[in-house]
Amino acid sequence: MNEESHKSEQTAPPPARWRGWTAGPAARALLALGLVLALGMVFNADGAFFRAGTHRDALRQASVYGMLACGLTLVIVSGGIDLAVGSVLALVAVCASQMAIHWGWSGWVVVPAALALGTLCGATAGFVTARLRVQPFIATLSLMVLARGLAKYASGGMKVSTAVRGADGLYHNVPLPPLFTGIDTRILGGNVSMVTVVFGVCVAAAWLALARHRWGRYLQAIGGNEEAARLSGVPVAAAKIAAYAASGLFAAVAGICQAAQEQQGDPEAGAGYELIGIAMVVIGGTSLMGGRGGMGLTLLGVLTIGYLDKILSINAVPEAGRLVLTGVIIILAVLAQRASPGTRS
Amino acid sequence: MEGITKRFGPVTVLDRARFELRAGEVHVLAGENGAGKSTLIKILGGVHGDYDGRVAVGGRLVRLRSPQEAAAAGVAVIHQELSLIGPMSVADNLFLGGARGRGGWVDEARQRREARGCLARLGLDLDPARAVEEFPLATRQMIEIAKALSRDARVLVMDEPTSALNAPEVARLFELIQTLKGRGCGIVYISHKMEEIERLADRITVLRDGRWIGTAPRAELPPARLIEWMVGREMEAPREAPAMVAGAPRLRLRDFAVWPAGGGARAAVEVPALEVRAGEIVGLAGLQGSGAGDLLAGLGGARGSGTRGGLWLDGAPVRFRGPREAIAAGVALVPNDRKAAGLVLSLSITANATLAGLRALSPGGWRRPGRERAAAEATTGPLRLRAASLDLEAGALSGGNQQKVVLAKWLQIQPRLLLLDDPTRGIDIAAKREIHQLLEEWAARGMAILLGSSELPELLALSHRVLVLHRGRVTGEYTRATARPEVILAAAMGREMAAGGPPPADDHPELGRTLPG
Repeated sequence: MNEESHKSEQTAPPPARWRGWTAGPAARALLALGLVLALGMVFNADGAFFRAGTHRDALRQASVYGMLACGLTLVIVSGGIDLAVGSVLALVAVCASQMAIHWGWSGWVVVPAALALGTLCGATAGFVTARLRVQPFIATLSLMVLARGLAKYASGGMKVSTAVRGADGLYHNVPLPPLFTGIDTRILGGNVSMVTVVFGVCVAAAWLALARHRWGRYLQAIGGNEEAARLSGVPVAAAKIAAYAASGLFAAVAGICQAAQEQQGDPEAGAGYELIGIAMVVIGGTSLMGGRGGMGLTLLGVLTIGYLDKILSINAVPEAGRLVLTGVIIILAVLAQRASPGTRS
Repeated sequence: MEGITKRFGPVTVLDRARFELRAGEVHVLAGENGAGKSTLIKILGGVHGDYDGRVAVGGRLVRLRSPQEAAAAGVAVIHQELSLIGPMSVADNLFLGGARGRGGWVDEARQRREARGCLARLGLDLDPARAVEEFPLATRQMIEIAKALSRDARVLVMDEPTSALNAPEVARLFELIQTLKGRGCGIVYISHKMEEIERLADRITVLRDGRWIGTAPRAELPPARLIEWMVGREMEAPREAPAMVAGAPRLRLRDFAVWPAGGGARAAVEVPALEVRAGEIVGLAGLQGSGAGDLLAGLGGARGSGTRGGLWLDGAPVRFRGPREAIAAGVALVPNDRKAAGLVLSLSITANATLAGLRALSPGGWRRPGRERAAAEATTGPLRLRAASLDLEAGALSGGNQQKVVLAKWLQIQPRLLLLDDPTRGIDIAAKREIHQLLEEWAARGMAILLGSSELPELLALSHRVLVLHRGRVTGEYTRATARPEVILAAAMGREMAAGGPPPADDHPELGRTLPG
């Protein structure tokens, strides 16, 4: 046995732990977030950035996107993509408003029904891509169009609001259901929005699934090398379908929150949200090729984009400029993430 | 080509190899798997630009740094995987990169006219406007040759051109080769089939372990001598193999057939009968296309329902519809391509080593990182895996250590039957030896092992018995006493020779009848 082969594989020099940490995607995502926050401190709009309300609002505004990003993380880690989340959000928002406002159903019925609807949508896309072997891009693109159509069909093309048309043909305002007022509220002395709490629960659930459950390991294995996963006995199709179903579930949660905040179900809601959600996942450092990434990274990505948007808006940057700047910063962040691939989170 | 040396990292795959091709001859390049044939033709085709040595074409010294330069020098390589673009028309394919026309505009009519002429010279009458993918494989191969000739190739390299062809198609290809010879084209022909070599070759060059062994006219190199050249005399000193603890029959096959991946008209491999006992290592020998890999994949459930025939495990009939069922039954498959099918390179060593047995390690679905770590330590420890940390990504390891992670994964499910497809391919000698030792240890402890390998010395050193396959059929079976490199290679090249003889009748009476002898 020759001595040379006994050498350990030293891919990292001695302070491996520290180096691995600074070189990893988590460090770069933190750096991006830190830079954005520093930007906020400099351009603080006469101290507006240092007020608690600004942070509360930044987090509230990022929450709905963040919920979509939770589901997208699961799908993207498995090597897939889900373009339908924005449309599923709209469909659920419309249906939940219909049930809660017009039909006066209790939240205990509306929420499970709305979540089931979103999950069903996602599971369908998952079935089409995992079992019928349609590319995820195409499968979820068609669901995106289909769910948008269903949302318009269910709402008659109009916003489902508290203005309900009565038997006399006139519109009456009905009171907002407790479900909506309960979600669109603040807790902890008005410092935290309820939707932010819901987002936090979503992050925790997605993190548990991805980092602590067998299924999460399966998704990482599938995203990393589907054939090796299959040969190792991983139930590939079932795990993928579950990921798309979970993405639909998170989109449904986002849909309920969106409806509660807007106090209506808008069939046009959520258009383009899927792209913002994907940007949040990618800025965090999760690879679009699958196999690498995690929920912690996505949380950093959500905060980065959320704060960036808030800082630009408190500085009264007009929307046109905000979009251009956001686009530029997304591509810079992704390029920075790509700088040294191959390190684990 | 003279003094050609090529290294991949520390491994020298070609060591001062030489090769000479005359105009108008068919020159067969022969050698075992890994002898350096494909590296040599890749250098000739400009794929590997960084080599040592000299290459001259038509008396002019050339430096082939890219496939474009090779093409410009008049060398065309017809690879096993064809380089045609399916949805494009025949004419577009023929003139790809050199479209006929003016100022960037393609002159379709002119292309079609020239294409027709090009094809006619090969005796092909087909519509150049049709898409390439509409034609059968054999015709596509002809189109590929036409493409090479349209660039005035003087040197044509064919790498196992008949592997996907049926008999009439082969006959047509051979006719074409004669025509090309007559037109002064030099042809380098690589084949593992003895009958083709005997039929086509004007001269034969043999490579072994990256070295030039010799070049001779076919008449001076009868099959027996050719095999001698290919195998060489200096075999690894036979080691004293531990005596086999013959257990009960673990695996039994009866008329077992496996279909190719992705389906196909006929089975990739058919085995009339095979038995592997607990504690026994049975080797599967065969050259490229023998079906040994298909047999292992089929047994491991990797081909899903693409298998037929009887399969018994410890006396009980089983049928695997997927890898999961095989794993549940205690059958582990180590695939031959660890990067493509063995490992998830982006996951840690621990995650890879526990992937197949994760269900048992995570009761209720929730993972127990502590248990996973303990399990990974327990399986990688005896394998002497050398890694700074089990948290390293598998992709950061060397080939030998990666393969140990694959083995650790399968050890974790405590397999009854271990199927190995070329387990030491591309790994260094020290790791190879260690893996050999481990396989022997596991067999001694009662595991049944079916070992496919492209390396004869490895098979001979480890196997208690060797089964030889050629194009999906069993062409020989040898015990440790009768297994000799020459007879195995001859059987692997399709000559069902009596030299090896049937296995001793008292050992496996039912096998003796069904095998050619």
